[in-house]
Amino acid sequence: MPRPHYVAAIDQGTTSSRCIVFDQAGNIISVAQREHRQIFPKPGWVEHDATEIWQNVEAVLAEAVSGAGLEDGQIAALGITNQRETTVLWERATGRPVRPAIVWQDTRTDALTHALAEHASLFREKAGLPLATYFSGPKIRWLLDQDPGLRERAERGEVLFGTMDSWLLWNLTGRHLTDVTNASRTMLMNIHTLGWDDDLLAAMGVPRAMLPEIRPSAEVYGHTRDGVPVASALGDQQAALFGQTCFAPGETKSTYGSGSFLLMNTGQEPVVSKHGLLTTVGYRIGDGPATYALEGAIAVTGSLVQWLRDNLGLISSAAEIETLAKTVDDNGGCYFVPAFSGLFAPHWRSDARGVIAGLTGFVNKGHIARAVLEATAWQTREVVDAMNADSGLDLTTLRADGGMTADNLLMQTLADVLAVPVIRPMVAETTALGAAYAAGLATGYWPDLDSLRANWHKAAEWRPAIDEAAREREYRNWKKAVARTLDWVEQ
Amino acid sequence: MGDTIQSVERAAAILRLLASGPRQLGVAELARALGLPKGTLHGILRTLVHVGFVEQDDTTGKYRLGATLLHLGSSYLDVNELRTRSINWADALAGRSRESAWIGTPHEGHVLVIHHVFRPDDSMQTLQVGTYLPLHASALGKVLLAYDPYGESITPPLQAHTKRTLTDPARLEAELAQVRARGWAAEMEELTEGEVAIAAPIRDARGLAVGAIGIRGAVERLAPGGDLHMEFVSYVRDAARAITRDLAR
Repeated sequence: MPRPHYVAAIDQGTTSSRCIVFDQAGNIISVAQREHRQIFPKPGWVEHDATEIWQNVEAVLAEAVSGAGLEDGQIAALGITNQRETTVLWERATGRPVRPAIVWQDTRTDALTHALAEHASLFREKAGLPLATYFSGPKIRWLLDQDPGLRERAERGEVLFGTMDSWLLWNLTGRHLTDVTNASRTMLMNIHTLGWDDDLLAAMGVPRAMLPEIRPSAEVYGHTRDGVPVASALGDQQAALFGQTCFAPGETKSTYGSGSFLLMNTGQEPVVSKHGLLTTVGYRIGDGPATYALEGAIAVTGSLVQWLRDNLGLISSAAEIETLAKTVDDNGGCYFVPAFSGLFAPHWRSDARGVIAGLTGFVNKGHIARAVLEATAWQTREVVDAMNADSGLDLTTLRADGGMTADNLLMQTLADVLAVPVIRPMVAETTALGAAYAAGLATGYWPDLDSLRANWHKAAEWRPAIDEAAREREYRNWKKAVARTLDWVEQ
Repeated sequence: MGDTIQSVERAAAILRLLASGPRQLGVAELARALGLPKGTLHGILRTLVHVGFVEQDDTTGKYRLGATLLHLGSSYLDVNELRTRSINWADALAGRSRESAWIGTPHEGHVLVIHHVFRPDDSMQTLQVGTYLPLHASALGKVLLAYDPYGESITPPLQAHTKRTLTDPARLEAELAQVRARGWAAEMEELTEGEVAIAAPIRDARGLAVGAIGIRGAVERLAPGGDLHMEFVSYVRDAARAITRDLAR
């Protein structure tokens, strides 16, 4: 039998499922990917077919392993990372989904979350989360409210709930489990005890019998049919935090995609935010204590560049934003606050709408391109300020990943605006890498966190290059522009 | 307005007409629309087909705009787009070779560094994106010269950066011929004493070299005893081929 040499990670994302195989140094050996359908039955509704996703996962797993000429015996462990909050209900007896999966972006629970407002402080205190359509709890409640028969079956434990990690673990190992980071996104788990909480369950109206068992992020949950240990599960943003080896309090990663997610490791005590951030579990390795994180979500960053491309036609590819922005030396006095669907962290103002402020006859498309890139940087700054205030820790470097890190001007602007170095790590696929790391730790493929740190290398670093006076002046202008987005939508 | 060339004007009129709708046009239709004899049109159309600006349908014999013409306006590959499409492969190249990885494009008689990945040893390094390298004294530059689609030759004098820099245009030309023959370029302490570099061409969907990717490092690691380790050459060529494949999609 060949010696196991690699770790595989399934990255079950919002638009596709991927499987990436890594070697011991964290290098990518092979990648396989399949997209799944986005189902939009009504405005604001977004669904996935959980059966299709499972079939895709099985296929990419086989493809990534055999496509690289590997044999099952060479895979030492399999890890899972997944789109968070997306809610699947299935039948215990048959394993068949009973309803389409409700995706995290789906806003059908808007009215329901307003109706739960009396419990807002309970959720904030015990679950660490604000009431929002985003999380799984309201999605389960909505499904059970639609069909009394379904609720009865859920109460008898015949219909089960799971986020995507649970759904994949059920299909891979036959066990009904979830990892603690995914459970921390349901509004049903007490972030202090890390168990399902009767008060939260009662307030949300979800029966305990349908819930999976909460397990650590890294342990051997079971084995695949081919005997590969399934040994980690983490929500995607938590996996990126782990893949960036942010193991010490204060270490922070930021992933730049359509939106952006900053997570700061806050150590072994949950920090309840006073500044509009979420408290979430970062990871828990085996029987060790849980590591918590503060999370700041920014709704519109990369998608603003796409908007400039698709809605205004100022550029023909996202990368050209940098070329256009470099046709000028500065923003020409122009600021762009992309509050397209309100402002997320740290403001949480649903009445805000987008604004381009400071326009004069001097401003041209190059200045607007600058303002677009600066919008991502200033939104990051606002979240970092909130994190520093909540945690009492000071950010010393920002570890950036995601597609937008290819934009050098954005990375330099981030360093200028944050006044700390911005670092891009060598492996851009930090999400899958995080799941692989956790699975490799659980199975002894990697001995400890230090061996993972040794794998982390800087691919590039940008250092602050503007003076404090310029930074303060620009931040003041940005805040003035943000103020002008508020109170737009009349309630 | 000064003198204009009539046949070029007529060619432009044909192209405009073919671009005006989705329909293919026959010689008779073109002749009628332009008020020109068919014989005159045949000569111009034959030339336009020859350069790929117009295509003739095999079955109907009618004419339509050619693929070459359609690509003319959109063929310029933005350097930031090139970086975005290359970034994973450049990371992998640095990871495998344990050396710094570089991507360069031609810019006004120099190599413009458009991407730079640090050597993965966490030593102090500074990002070199936006700096220039000499064409004749760098591996990236030699690749760009060897595959220059315009075939422009470099104008002497060639500045000596070290005692090993190629400053004789004839010797440089001979080396460029070798680069074309084997598909990669080496720089043996020609830019900086003690440093060696390797580079290979990145081609776009039309097969034109739009940039070069390579690695740079200490001579003791890449070429101990003066001979390049060929495994480094294969890493560089693998990365160049992977990016070329991506750009063709």
